Amino acid sequence: MRPFKYSTTNDINVAVKMLQVKGHAKLLGGGTNILDLMKEDVEHPEELIDITGLSYTQIKSISSGPNAEGISIGALCKNTDTANDPIIRQNFPLVAQAILAGASAQIRNMATNGGNLNQRTRCSYFYDIAMPCNKREPGAGCAAIEGINKMHAIFGWSKDCVAVHPSDLCVALVALDAIVKVMGAGGKERLIQFSDYHRLPGTDPQKDNNLQQEEIITEIQLPKNNFASKSYYLKVRDRSSYAFALVSVAAAIEMAGNQIKQVRIAMGGVSHKPWRAYEAEQFLINKTPDEANFNLAAELEMRNAKPLKHNKFKVELGIRTMVRALTQAMNGGKHT
Amino acid sequence: MAANTPNQNTNMAIIGKPLDRVDGHLKVTGIATFVAEFNQPNMAYAFPVRSTIAKGSITGFDLILAEKSGGVISILTHENAPRLQPFDPLEIKKTGGFLAENLIPLQDNKVHYFGQFIAVVLAETFEEARHAATLVKVSYAKEKADADLNEALLKSSVREGAQLNKGQASAIIETSNLKIEQTYTTPAQNHHPMEPHAAIAIWDGADKLTLYDSTQVIVGMRNITAYFFKLKPEDVRILCPYLGGGFGGKSPAAHNILAAMAGKKINRPVKLVITRQMMQTNVGRRSPTIQKVALACDLQGKLTVIRHQNSSYSNLTDFSEPVGIQTQVLYNAPVREITHQIAKLDMNAPTYMRAPGHAVGSFALESAIDEMAYELRMDPVQFRILNHASTDPVKKINFSSNHLLECFQIGVEKFGWASRKIQPRQTRNGQWLVGYGMATSVHHGVRRPATVRIQLSNDGMATVMTASQELGTGTYTILTQTAADALGIAVGKIKVLVGDSDLPPAPFAAGSSTTASVNPAVLAAGELLRCELMRIAIADPKSKLNGRNTKDISFADSKLYLSSDISISDSYKDIMRRNNRETMQASATATPGGAASGATVAPCGPSMDQDQNYDTHKYSFHSFGAHFVEVWVDEDLGTIRVKRVTTVQDIGRVMNEKTARSQVIGGVIFGIGAALMEETVFDNRWASPVTRTLADYHVPVNLDVPPIDVHFIGKPDPHISSIGSKGVGEVGIVGVSAAIANAVFNATGKRLRNLPFTPDKLFV
Repeated sequence: MRPFKYSTTNDINVAVKMLQVKGHAKLLGGGTNILDLMKEDVEHPEELIDITGLSYTQIKSISSGPNAEGISIGALCKNTDTANDPIIRQNFPLVAQAILAGASAQIRNMATNGGNLNQRTRCSYFYDIAMPCNKREPGAGCAAIEGINKMHAIFGWSKDCVAVHPSDLCVALVALDAIVKVMGAGGKERLIQFSDYHRLPGTDPQKDNNLQQEEIITEIQLPKNNFASKSYYLKVRDRSSYAFALVSVAAAIEMAGNQIKQVRIAMGGVSHKPWRAYEAEQFLINKTPDEANFNLAAELEMRNAKPLKHNKFKVELGIRTMVRALTQAMNGGKHT
Repeated sequence: MAANTPNQNTNMAIIGKPLDRVDGHLKVTGIATFVAEFNQPNMAYAFPVRSTIAKGSITGFDLILAEKSGGVISILTHENAPRLQPFDPLEIKKTGGFLAENLIPLQDNKVHYFGQFIAVVLAETFEEARHAATLVKVSYAKEKADADLNEALLKSSVREGAQLNKGQASAIIETSNLKIEQTYTTPAQNHHPMEPHAAIAIWDGADKLTLYDSTQVIVGMRNITAYFFKLKPEDVRILCPYLGGGFGGKSPAAHNILAAMAGKKINRPVKLVITRQMMQTNVGRRSPTIQKVALACDLQGKLTVIRHQNSSYSNLTDFSEPVGIQTQVLYNAPVREITHQIAKLDMNAPTYMRAPGHAVGSFALESAIDEMAYELRMDPVQFRILNHASTDPVKKINFSSNHLLECFQIGVEKFGWASRKIQPRQTRNGQWLVGYGMATSVHHGVRRPATVRIQLSNDGMATVMTASQELGTGTYTILTQTAADALGIAVGKIKVLVGDSDLPPAPFAAGSSTTASVNPAVLAAGELLRCELMRIAIADPKSKLNGRNTKDISFADSKLYLSSDISISDSYKDIMRRNNRETMQASATATPGGAASGATVAPCGPSMDQDQNYDTHKYSFHSFGAHFVEVWVDEDLGTIRVKRVTTVQDIGRVMNEKTARSQVIGGVIFGIGAALMEETVFDNRWASPVTRTLADYHVPVNLDVPPIDVHFIGKPDPHISSIGSKGVGEVGIVGVSAAIANAVFNATGKRLRNLPFTPDKLFV
């Protein structure tokens, strides 16, 4: 770990200013990822700005504006508190399920929601500074594309990067069309659609998302929806708990009579960003929610997959996971 | 009051009790001090620099930035490190020690594997040392490294390992109609005990060294350290009062030698604790294996041939995975062929890992046995009973004890095996296919010479001393229990000291041998001590036992008493105080295959001379067992859940029902890990592991571990020692992965032959 300066502030505008002025500063929330990265010498900020004293820890209903009747989740609210919040559990169970599918209880107790969005890939080549990695060191090359890439992307990767975004929470958030509220320079706030928040790697995989250097996430907003009774987060992994997804699927359905009125499907473990399965969604609108239709929808989505040497299984696994998640969602999201 | 007669074998009253760990409270309250916690005044911190090539040589170091970095004291490389005595296998062997890897760090510029220690940064703090280590720049002349086992097996560098009847099975296999021939593979695995390898070296001048070292090899480490640094063995002291797990991975290695070198160089105490990443590359591992098994049967289901052909890698060591080891003792078959070939890979040395050979060899053998039974549509337990070897089928001698058939019988009953269907895919529970599987476990029983000294004080306390080891398995506890029986003293009045090379010599803590080796010496030393007490009492005119005959005297509750009249007694304290004995000591060496020796006081009875145990020419020594598992398989998603395990173990006398049970549970969990998730994955382009931390190298989490129902046969082995306890540390893991594979077949009809069974394996 390189020597670094530690500072703290209770004023968001001060924090933004510090990020703006100091190009090599990073924020410290729960510290569950940045500290590991610093110990591994992957990240080496010259300064860590501890923002845990900021006030964005609340979960509250939104009373007015375009997202009225939705909910606002503070960026500094802990993952555990978010998953256990009664309104989240009742109205957005997909979010609670996704959070609880990730990490361990100890990590969730420390980790913040904003930090969850900004956590970095767990690609082992990214973490190993003896290996080339474009995300860590632009232009160095990608060791994973021809290497051990079982855990890597099947959608949206580039020849420069095949890493996947590791979050579970973000898969639920992209499915529910969440909005990320950020504070920028001069107290200027902006809203970012969740599906636009994270990036595909392209030729500059060092950028995980579209946040500006000086911007800080303050809230995650969830618009009101009618998915609560029919949603399910399914994560397939190499052990029962505490492992990153091979494939995960967030599924949410709203019915009109016997037909699907609205459906949301997103996948984790398959791309550089939480992957929204738009093709599958479009196919299912106005269809009956049966296994045959779920299969057709999943196959439609997965035919665009471009697997790598060690993750070909993810294509078929993706289909089956999607079908199962949709089926479970129809069953009321009960665990089996 | 248990009636014990001093001149006869000790009555075992406390031995076998499910006593709580005597060190349990110390551990859960954080008072137990582990190696890395013995901080010293003026201590410097060492952080190793590792090679980033797998083969070649170092052409230069650029240390300018690193040396200028804050807190740096010195940087050791092969250019300035102390020169040690060169590695010489014969000389090392003479010391009674060994090195896990035949490579002394920082002696030349050669690189033998990725991640090799090539420099050490010494600084005032750990953080400063770690940071400066990232600033060390190294240039190399790189050579092509071999990292692929399949490719390396085709090269001329392949050597032959142990061979039994090579080539003799082919003819009969070819002409058999009822047969199976399959290939099974197991991956590289790493030990990953919770405690990383740590050492603190403290030099006293140039010729005395104290080394706190997280090692399983207390005496051996002292001896080889003395050899390498040209010291007298008595001037080296190895200390390790507690070990945070070893699993075979804590042998004399580079970290401890580096700490001693560094301390010598800067003449300050030096601490070196390796990182989890280094535990993937610097402390040994289990080799991947490729195993071909062929079995054939006659129409009655009797095996006619067993062939087990094994491949693994080795490098920088004489050790190679003894994969065929269990195939030498299980099952009768007129023809048996077991071969090993060993490829050279440019990777760090493989080493002992929990149940070497057995753990992976049993996966192939016990899977193949299940496959053969299914070919016959025979129940796999029946098939095993039909082919059971009641005597050692290779050595042609009797087993010292073998209650495997009883293990089957109890397991079948406790598990409810009778409801199992021979045809797969017969039981479904919602999305889950349910299957039952079982396998045999076996592990050789090992006993080595051990010396124990017991000191009795006239305040009633006894101290048991031996340079054995507490791996976390319960050594402190069972030595306490044995001493309690040997002396007739309450458990609370006994203190056990281990983990110090200045104590009487004991074998390294490996091969499930500690219990069988050390406890007989405790009994012997205890017997000597109470004989001495008895002689003093008989000769003491003030003793109620004055003038009595030794054969009429018993002992219990810290007293000697007349067997015929309990009221005629004399306490140890009183005997010692009246005779001005502040302390009394006795020391005994229990030697396998012979009588206890090295007695410092005379025995008073015949029992020690009769200990003609552990004669490996007469008997074949093994622990046995059987695992029964239920798995649920979600075929769509490729996930496997082990739902319950029943295991029955024949480990001879159970020294402590509680710690033994924990050992078996730990072994079964290790086996579940091996079956479902454990794998060190290499990128062959660099010959480096990509599973660098416990986030990538998966071991079971709580949710992966089902209820594990453990049963013991509990019958003492009459030939291993006067106590009759065989090993329990490793047998629990053996066969678990096969039992799970067999249950997955029973659930799904799909045979998984390549460990571990991650979802992608079931899927393809």
